[in-house]
Amino acid sequence: MKTEITFKIGGQQGEGIDSTGEVLAVTLMQQGYQIASYKHFASRIKGGHTYYHIRASCDKVYYWGDTTDILVALDQESYEHNISAMSAGGYVLMATNQEEKVAEADGCTVLYVNFTRLAEELGNKIIRNMVALGAAAYLMGLHYELFKPLVEKKFLRKGQALVDLNISALKAGYEHVQQLGLSPFQLAPVQSQDQALLSGNEAFAFGAIAAGCRFLSAYPITPASEIMEYMKSHLPKVGGVAVQAEDELAGILMAIGAGYAGVRALTSTSGPGFSLKTEAIGLAGISETPVVIVNSQRGGPGTGLPTKYEQGDLNTMLYAGHGDIPRIVLAPSTVEECLTMASLAFNLAERYQCPVIVALDLVLSLNKQTCPDFRAEHFEPIDRGKLLSEAELEALGEFHFKRYRLTEDGISPRAIPGQRGGVHPANSNEHSETGHITELPEMRQAMMNKRLGKLTQFKMRGYEFIGGEERSVQTLFVGFGSTRGVLTEVVKDLQDQGEDAGLAHIKVLYPFQAEGLSELARQAEKIVVVENNWSGQLAGLLAKELQIGHKIHKICKADGDPFTKADIMQHYHQLVKEVV
Amino acid sequence: MAKLKEFKGDTPTWCPGCGHYSVMAGIQRACLGLGLEPHQVAVITGIGCSGKVSEYMRCYGFHTLHGRSLPVAQAVKLVNRNLKVIAAGGDGDGYGIGAGHFVHAARRNVDITYVVMDNQIYGLTKGQTSPTSRQGFVTKTSPEGAGEREVKPLELALGAGASFVAQAFAGDIKRLTELIQQGMEHEGFALINVFSPCVTYNKVNTYDYFKEHLLDLKQMEDYDPHDLAQAYATVLERQGLVQGIIYKEDRPAYHTFLTDYPDQPIAEQNLVRDDARLQQLWSEFK
Repeated sequence: MKTEITFKIGGQQGEGIDSTGEVLAVTLMQQGYQIASYKHFASRIKGGHTYYHIRASCDKVYYWGDTTDILVALDQESYEHNISAMSAGGYVLMATNQEEKVAEADGCTVLYVNFTRLAEELGNKIIRNMVALGAAAYLMGLHYELFKPLVEKKFLRKGQALVDLNISALKAGYEHVQQLGLSPFQLAPVQSQDQALLSGNEAFAFGAIAAGCRFLSAYPITPASEIMEYMKSHLPKVGGVAVQAEDELAGILMAIGAGYAGVRALTSTSGPGFSLKTEAIGLAGISETPVVIVNSQRGGPGTGLPTKYEQGDLNTMLYAGHGDIPRIVLAPSTVEECLTMASLAFNLAERYQCPVIVALDLVLSLNKQTCPDFRAEHFEPIDRGKLLSEAELEALGEFHFKRYRLTEDGISPRAIPGQRGGVHPANSNEHSETGHITELPEMRQAMMNKRLGKLTQFKMRGYEFIGGEERSVQTLFVGFGSTRGVLTEVVKDLQDQGEDAGLAHIKVLYPFQAEGLSELARQAEKIVVVENNWSGQLAGLLAKELQIGHKIHKICKADGDPFTKADIMQHYHQLVKEVV
Repeated sequence: MAKLKEFKGDTPTWCPGCGHYSVMAGIQRACLGLGLEPHQVAVITGIGCSGKVSEYMRCYGFHTLHGRSLPVAQAVKLVNRNLKVIAAGGDGDGYGIGAGHFVHAARRNVDITYVVMDNQIYGLTKGQTSPTSRQGFVTKTSPEGAGEREVKPLELALGAGASFVAQAFAGDIKRLTELIQQGMEHEGFALINVFSPCVTYNKVNTYDYFKEHLLDLKQMEDYDPHDLAQAYATVLERQGLVQGIIYKEDRPAYHTFLTDYPDQPIAEQNLVRDDARLQQLWSEFK
């Protein structure tokens, strides 16, 4: 009995690889398994190698794994790309139009099957994927009947005939391999549980709606577009509006307009778009307008690698804009955190009246993971900060409401357009307490102190310690974002090998939260910062904030693909040798 | 009923004689004409002399970035349909750095009024060529005369699909007020391009120049503002030197295309988490 299994289907883009992977992932999730998945694709619509990798486990996993137990290769390229990563004793289902046979290669069994012929015998070669999935299901020890509910959900609106065709395709593939007499894997049974399968983008968008976000404006860009697509379909159901803006600038400016007018507003983008939004981040900062900006990082700079992964925008998120700008930068590291951090982001934006940037990355945005069903306690209660009611405003009796009142904590009570008694101009220029332009040195200094100072009271737990109970360790790994899954497993393996290792995964990038972390860093012998960018931007931030530059070792990778566990291990052992 | 003084904000620092005084007065009087009170109006501005109108007026205002008033203004209106939203800026703001937003705001047709104070020069940066400076116009940055052909706001607006296009003149405050008010009454994107002379830097397009050259469309008996072809023809023939409503189309505003757009302003909704509705959305992921 295996407690987990990994599956990969590869082929040409446009061949239904994605939907086939999806059907399997959802079915496994419905059976109760935990899923971490990874999709590989190129920046084109049709053609080009693509694959969908699924790891199904009885336990919680956030990483899709280094190896593959069952590979479905619908073309030669998929075979060549992926054969070296097969696990011992694994199965390859290789599509062929020639002789069907069973062979041994690289420690695994390769079944050459003519999926196209089997599909054509059923009347339509387009269902060849489903034939292949049926074949794989047999090897996984899953009966093809398990797929029936999902196939019905997907195809019933197009007619019962299509449902039947898909089921017969699954059955044909299943039975074709069954009669070869191979012994399938046995995946340990799990209790079905209340869970869902979603991507980071979907989780963040759902979390935003739960957090009271009622306005989104954005411009399409990979890998963030799904957030806008979700909002376009679902915001109207809760009384909100989503606008596809004419460009990235309008994307953020509209969100700022909605925020100024009292609505929780979001804009979603990726690196190039984030760069374009820079000026407006300053506008939100100085006008003290709440806005949430999601930046799903991809390979940069310039247009860079539009469909590939990187964590190269950290510095931009921390420092974008001229002048000093109050901002908060959060970094969820799992799909569940995308869900829960959304409510945190909107609360912080209103509490501190400043832009809140949420750092996603392509891997987190696009790949699906299982999440336990959402419950009210997943979300912070909605906190609108110092938003005054009309009665409170009337009581102040101000003809010119002091929107930028100098207060002890630096946060000024807010009024929104339409409220009687709160009339004021919001201002991008330096301004007085009433919002009117001023260049008086004392007022400028006071306003700078107020805006930048309001975040000094910001306190949150800034990281999560992974690797057992929190304690000082000899080797402290540090990362942020989607590397969490693979780093968790690296630390576990090192611990199994007898090393004293732990992981501090950073969740609050700015204002940097040193509490607890500086202790861990001080006591560690080695600090190994693992990140997907060329220069080691997180390592730079840690060196600056914790004064531990001399202890930091960087493991960086900027080739567009995420780390495998083997990658990190190899770098780590190399590094240990050099240190000794 | 509000009084004019309630719409007065900070003391302007515009040069004596600047056209913008009249434009602001036109906006204020139009608000009074519509029976509005300061808290029911939001004036969203860009940067430059014109941008300061949001703080010289007393109402809700937002002085934003150069060329960026329109996206902010559209969102304010979309989330609070009870507000009267005016975007205001200059020719550099609207037809230079913000030209992209202008074109898209026109075709999007959100129910806002856009007042452009067109003085055909950059004032606050002290006298450089602007997008509406006539070709050949001499300034500090065009010492041999501007090489580019000027942007033609009315033609641009017509081409982009603005559903209300008007032009006014700061030297005729009565007509200006009337046109702004009509723009505010129009449901959809209304452009009021206002010739607002810069008395300090533009010695060509002066009050006298416009008094001499402007034709009021009221004087054209057979002018029909619903006739797009006639609008183009007249603007071309008169080289843009007309005042009045050039074009008006009764086209559904943007919000009417939005699914389930709520009657109650989004900004006034009570943000209580509806767990039943969320369960429904969540079930799509199961």
